[in-house]
Amino acid sequence: MTALVTIRDVDKGYVRGKQRVEVLTGINLEVEAGEFLAIMGPSGSGKTTLLNLIGGLDKCDRGAVMVAGERLDKLSSGKLAKWRARHVGFVFQFYNLLPVLSAERNVEVPLLLTKLSGRQRKRNVRAALELVGLGERAKHKPGELSGGQQQRVGIARALVSDPTLLICDEPTGDLDRESSESVLELLELLNRDHGKTIIMVTHDPRAAEHASRLLYVDKGVLSAEPLDSAA
Amino acid sequence: MKYFILVWAGLWRKPLRTILTLLSISVAFLLYGTLHGVTSSFDDAIDQMSDTRLRVQSRVNIIESLPIAYLPQIEALPGVDGVGFYQILLAYYQEPRNAVQVGAVGIDRFLDVYPEIVVPEEQVEAMRRTRSGALVGRDLAEARGWNIGDRVTFRSQVFTHADGSDAWDFDVVGIYEFSEEFGDFAAQEVYVNFDYFDESRVQGSGMVLLYFVAVDSPERAAEVARRIDALFENSTFPTQTLNEKDWVRSQIQRVGDIDFFVNAIIGAVFFTLLFLTGNTMWQSVRERIPELAVLKTYGFGNATIVGLVAAESLLLCVTAAGIALAGAASFFPQIFRSMGIGGIPLPASVIALGIAIGVLLAIVSALPPAWLAQRLNVVDALARR
Repeated sequence: MTALVTIRDVDKGYVRGKQRVEVLTGINLEVEAGEFLAIMGPSGSGKTTLLNLIGGLDKCDRGAVMVAGERLDKLSSGKLAKWRARHVGFVFQFYNLLPVLSAERNVEVPLLLTKLSGRQRKRNVRAALELVGLGERAKHKPGELSGGQQQRVGIARALVSDPTLLICDEPTGDLDRESSESVLELLELLNRDHGKTIIMVTHDPRAAEHASRLLYVDKGVLSAEPLDSAA
Repeated sequence: MKYFILVWAGLWRKPLRTILTLLSISVAFLLYGTLHGVTSSFDDAIDQMSDTRLRVQSRVNIIESLPIAYLPQIEALPGVDGVGFYQILLAYYQEPRNAVQVGAVGIDRFLDVYPEIVVPEEQVEAMRRTRSGALVGRDLAEARGWNIGDRVTFRSQVFTHADGSDAWDFDVVGIYEFSEEFGDFAAQEVYVNFDYFDESRVQGSGMVLLYFVAVDSPERAAEVARRIDALFENSTFPTQTLNEKDWVRSQIQRVGDIDFFVNAIIGAVFFTLLFLTGNTMWQSVRERIPELAVLKTYGFGNATIVGLVAAESLLLCVTAAGIALAGAASFFPQIFRSMGIGGIPLPASVIALGIAIGVLLAIVSALPPAWLAQRLNVVDALARR
């Protein structure tokens, strides 16, 4: 297997007010294509920052981030945007659907950046919605769907352009137990049956159980074991 | 075009706000279309007027009269093709609020100078034969239901008969209209025989309000005007001669600098509108920062995001301007009909300038929110910071 994601000696910090806060220090990581990686850690531990670096939403201060054969820390913001459009599908905790658009229109959004015709876009949208089990709710607006269904629409949107990598930031963080389970089973299915590489950030151990590998981030350090148990 | 759905979605995120903004912009452009349309129409109408016709009036003021005896002296000047004269009756029909413009003229001279007035020859002949005859404009005749053979009585606010009566009876002997080339002007005046009127009136006998002078070429108009004024410079009744265009302009200027007032009002309205639409667009974009962040996350570049904001502003402003200008264009001719000037259409230049202002308004209103959207930090926006 080849590494889809390679992170070497990455540091990342932010300036908040007058103070600089180091969020990640000395991060090294490799994620193989076809893996389902869960990253756990307490709030403020740096797991979303790590996800943003892998997804090309942010750049590291030091080190190297290589994803799908591209050094993301070397790309300009314009090239990063194009790279994201080609390689990454994002699933957010609060779904972030456009409230005025129907489910199918929301799913179509990433395809607007492609050269697909209107008919091809419709076909791909239909397939993505069928895959997440919402083929019948295509015309419904987000407000007319449950939280679990909205997250499925979010997953369909992330999938529709057939990205190399699926990045999920607390995908079940806003869902009840039943909906969470159903969304996680869907992610597991996408990884197992469709070979999608998934990196998921969560602080729910039950969600992490669905992944094929689990890592922990705490105080900006990545490890295979939780920091307190390691100590 | 494929991005239209995103523009549309942004616009209708808060339908009430969008509708109210649309209405505000529409009202402003309706005001623009109507006011600017009126001034532009005046300019257009003036531009249509003849370059080879002069109007001679008293230098003292427009209501002072001039002796009819000036006629042969003006007529004898080189370059003069014809001379007509005109005395207004200041009349009304039945009630003072029904003012009617009745002019006493020498009919043959008048029709020679105004070839755009079209009257069948037999009706002109009837006018010559009938001292109390009257030629009535078609629009006025239709509005009042007057026909050839009817006798109409006007009351003058100035002129009376020897017996003190202010009632003036006339027999309708003809209906005139304007030639098609002259434009869509309403024929609303009444022309009566000067001799009949002049012999019967007590006040101002032998005097006329205006002379109309046809010159043989536009190049000679200024020279002829100078000569006419020089001719009567040291008389009791000095004249002021202007070409027809300048004369009408001077009459409009008597009301005030209409262009200045109209431009000031429109300028103030659009200045206010700029803040209104700018604020609406700013609010609209601020509320959608997480949504814009999602678009950026999915690979929408800064230029595309700025384009979406600008397109939203353009759609709002240009649609509102279009609706308002279409409305103005449909009822604009009615305004002129009610003023008795005819169904003049809203000038195309006013519509084109209106759309251009709409585009400019949209672009300027979109600048701050587009800047905001362009500078948006995806990581902070997704974290709702």
